[in-house]
Amino acid sequence: MCGAPTQTPTLPAHVDIEKETVIYGTVSKDGNPVPAAYVRLLDSTGEFTAEVVTSATGDYRFFAAPGDWTLSVLHNSGKARQVVSATGPGLVEATIQLS
Amino acid sequence: MSRSEVLVSADWAEQNLNTPGIVLVEVDEDTSAYDGGHIAGAVKLDWKKDLQDPVIRDFVSKDQFEALLSAKGIGNDDTVVLYGGNNNWFAAYAYWYFKLYGHENIKLLDGGRKKWELDGRELSKDEVNRPTTSYHAKEQDTSIRAFRDEVVAAIGNKNLLDIRSPDEYAGKLLAPAHLPQEQSQRAGHIPGAVNVPWSKAANEDGTFKSDDELRELYSQLDLSKDSIAYCRIGERSSHSWFALHELLGVDNIKNYDGSWTEYGSLVGVPIEKSV
Repeated sequence: MCGAPTQTPTLPAHVDIEKETVIYGTVSKDGNPVPAAYVRLLDSTGEFTAEVVTSATGDYRFFAAPGDWTLSVLHNSGKARQVVSATGPGLVEATIQLS
Repeated sequence: MSRSEVLVSADWAEQNLNTPGIVLVEVDEDTSAYDGGHIAGAVKLDWKKDLQDPVIRDFVSKDQFEALLSAKGIGNDDTVVLYGGNNNWFAAYAYWYFKLYGHENIKLLDGGRKKWELDGRELSKDEVNRPTTSYHAKEQDTSIRAFRDEVVAAIGNKNLLDIRSPDEYAGKLLAPAHLPQEQSQRAGHIPGAVNVPWSKAANEDGTFKSDDELRELYSQLDLSKDSIAYCRIGERSSHSWFALHELLGVDNIKNYDGSWTEYGSLVGVPIEKSV
């Protein structure tokens, strides 16, 4: 391991990650985090499930369910699309690079 | 009602930032968005603090709505242009809410904050203060607001339009996925409800689809029958209500603001589930 501390999402106090399926991560471009990017979570049929705006540090977070999902990101500096799978409850990290 | 009377473009809004008689109002779920930068001159409405009674689950009273708009400096003759985050969900909710209390001149900014930001248009952090007014509201127009007994009675009789995501409709999720899923109510949908997700009425930049595309989208509903739209708390269904009632001119559709958080908690009502 490279020794970098594991990033974990900031969660509201009452959230039980034994039960919630949390898909989270950072949106970046050329190595820099991108705040105010629009991140969409699409279900396995490509249908919209939710959308969030990245934080000042480029972070996003969803409470999903086990299954296959697609993340679709829009920002005025670029866009990205990425598939992510959650096998069960817990944390699933997906780092996204804009191009 | 035609599109140009109820929906304005970002260009139009930008050209009318200083036009007397036009008031931009930002409505958000997360009001820190406004504080971090808003369209110049726009006043802020907090959909929860400003528009919900703090104790019982209902809207603020007519008197409280009058006091709110007066304090915000919105007059009866002003044209109110609403916009917000979450693809205009809460702005559409406020639109429906202003209609409920009888405001005449009201429009939605197509695409809301999202389109504005994606276009790279300017946001301001300046504090906005408008001179107070003495606003007069009308009694609630309940021809556009549905209540639970009416919804239960509508099963098998009226169109029930569930505009949540397919996973919420099926009962796999209990809330849109930016919120925690552990909720007290049961999962599923009202029996017979047709699922037309709100997102199908919008483009990815948050603007509404064309009238032709919307007509095609809702063609599976028999719109000669009365309809009731619902979601989880009534905000996304306001967006679909806007598409149907305001853009397509469907007069006989109501929004059920109790929505799934009420229906899914009622004792003994039927629920359909597909997972």
